[in-house]
Amino acid sequence: MMANVATSEVPPKHGRWTSSRAIRRFIRHRLAITGLVMITAIAALSIIGPWLLPHGMLEIHIIDRFSPPGTDTYLLGTDEMGRDLAARLFMAGRVSLLVGVAAMVLSTLIGAVIGLVAGYFGKVTGTVLMRFTDSVLCFPQIFLLLTLAAFLEPSALMITLIIAATSWMEIARIVSAEIRSLRERDFVTAARISGASHSWIMFRELLPNIVGPIIVAATLTVARAILIEAYVSFLGYGIQPPLPSWGNMLNNAQQYLDTAPWLALVPGVAITLAVTSFNFIGDGLRDALDARSDTP
Amino acid sequence: MLRFILHRLGHSLLLLLLVSILGFTILHLAPGGPLSQFALSPGMTQAELAKIAERMGLNRPLPVQWFDWFTGLVIGDWGNSFRDGRAVLDIIMGHLFATLLLVISSTVLSVGIGTLVGVLGATRRYSGFDYLATVGAMIALSIPTFWFGLVAIYVFSLKLGWLPSGNMYTIGDESVLDYARHLIMPSCVLALVQVAIWSRYMRSSMLDVIDQDFVRTARAKGLTRSRVLYGHILRNALIPMITLLGIQLPTLLSGALVTETVFTWPGIGRLFLDSLGYNDYPVIMGVLMFTAIFVLLGNLIADIVVAGVDPRVRLE
Repeated sequence: MMANVATSEVPPKHGRWTSSRAIRRFIRHRLAITGLVMITAIAALSIIGPWLLPHGMLEIHIIDRFSPPGTDTYLLGTDEMGRDLAARLFMAGRVSLLVGVAAMVLSTLIGAVIGLVAGYFGKVTGTVLMRFTDSVLCFPQIFLLLTLAAFLEPSALMITLIIAATSWMEIARIVSAEIRSLRERDFVTAARISGASHSWIMFRELLPNIVGPIIVAATLTVARAILIEAYVSFLGYGIQPPLPSWGNMLNNAQQYLDTAPWLALVPGVAITLAVTSFNFIGDGLRDALDARSDTP
Repeated sequence: MLRFILHRLGHSLLLLLLVSILGFTILHLAPGGPLSQFALSPGMTQAELAKIAERMGLNRPLPVQWFDWFTGLVIGDWGNSFRDGRAVLDIIMGHLFATLLLVISSTVLSVGIGTLVGVLGATRRYSGFDYLATVGAMIALSIPTFWFGLVAIYVFSLKLGWLPSGNMYTIGDESVLDYARHLIMPSCVLALVQVAIWSRYMRSSMLDVIDQDFVRTARAKGLTRSRVLYGHILRNALIPMITLLGIQLPTLLSGALVTETVFTWPGIGRLFLDSLGYNDYPVIMGVLMFTAIFVLLGNLIADIVVAGVDPRVRLE
């Protein structure tokens, strides 16, 4: 109770304060909703889009190569081999979104478990785990990813695993910090006295208390994973053609920038929209779930 | 202060050890491990490979091998490139200038703009500008750096013809002005994400300070608005930002790699990608370890500077 009073900020002039808070809630809410609508639309298009189009993603129409968007039946134009850009974009959407979400699930799992164990046991175990986390964080993610991707057999599954293996650290830090502050609370002591096992306390008592921050971090991790996949695929070490991803569609686009700028424009817009959606949703969730950040 | 520095130094040394163990593990993930350079050459027999392995000491226990590798890392013996046999550390140093030029110029840019946006956002909280900055930062963080680079090249090189689309200088004309013209686009592209991050942190750092007692005291003393803002709030809000400079180093280097690729900028990132193309494992590992050590040192320096500026930190 005392803490609440101490941390509360002094509200500015009364009328302005209420109205601006209302505006803020409204806009924040709208952003999250916008993100949700956008990502639903992108996902829906990616899933059903390929069936609605007259061309398959691998069909080559060499005569129609470099058709600008809107030519004949080519909604978004064609690429250097005369393949329908829209068909490739939607298929790539499936791949990129799937890789992003799968990498998020995996890295959240890894991060949550490492953070939970480190925060709960503290002392030597906690220190060792968190120093390990710190040392992985020393490596710039793209450098680490590319090294691993070059050393290991590249496949969609492997790329997902590598992205997950290089992006769990932030979640581990968040979880471990939250757990360390929860560990000393009375309900944990009560559980311990009543004979609950360590794993019961960790997963049944502590974990439910930090679902909020984990969900927020996980949403932002999807955004980052989609971006990271785009980076490595653009550089040629991610998803390998003929399987399209938003990143590898941009791989060749640079050399045709002058003659066929839509090849670069279209996938880039798709990536930006998808990542923005998840960032918006994450921001909305933070306001909704993280009670402390928004208590006046 | 000395105790603090020693403590942080010990912490960094521990991290260096862990980083080297991670690097050593990754090295052994390469197909054929450290032997890969020989395994790839044609006409190599299994018996010869075994002999080389013996000579390189690969039959010794792993911890002993790691220790050797680690001492090599510390004394600067980073092996030689498969491609041209030059010492890895020399090659990296040859590319360092270009990367530093890019990274430092874009940091100056992003710190300047980010601080301004952050301060304006914090002082006019919940204003139209504040919302615009918030949403703008979220979108900026969502734009793939390389794509932003492509769009910039399309607009400013191909359509308007104002700026060169790549390289660090024009051959034959290596004046400062020529460097500057080549530097503008890559450093702006790299700065985009940094501006977004910096402005967000600056805003919340300002808000953390604004409500503190000494600010109220300063206001109560009757100091002018700008005296309080620049003399009291901004000075204190900037202290945690020094730490952020260190924390952001990995992101900055990752961004530099992508930017260098798009703009054919001859820095460490390009060196790294070229080496990947040639399976030049010593250089790949060298650059990877170099970036990690760079990050480690950057964070160490940032922490020491913060402790120098802010005595409160030393007590923790």
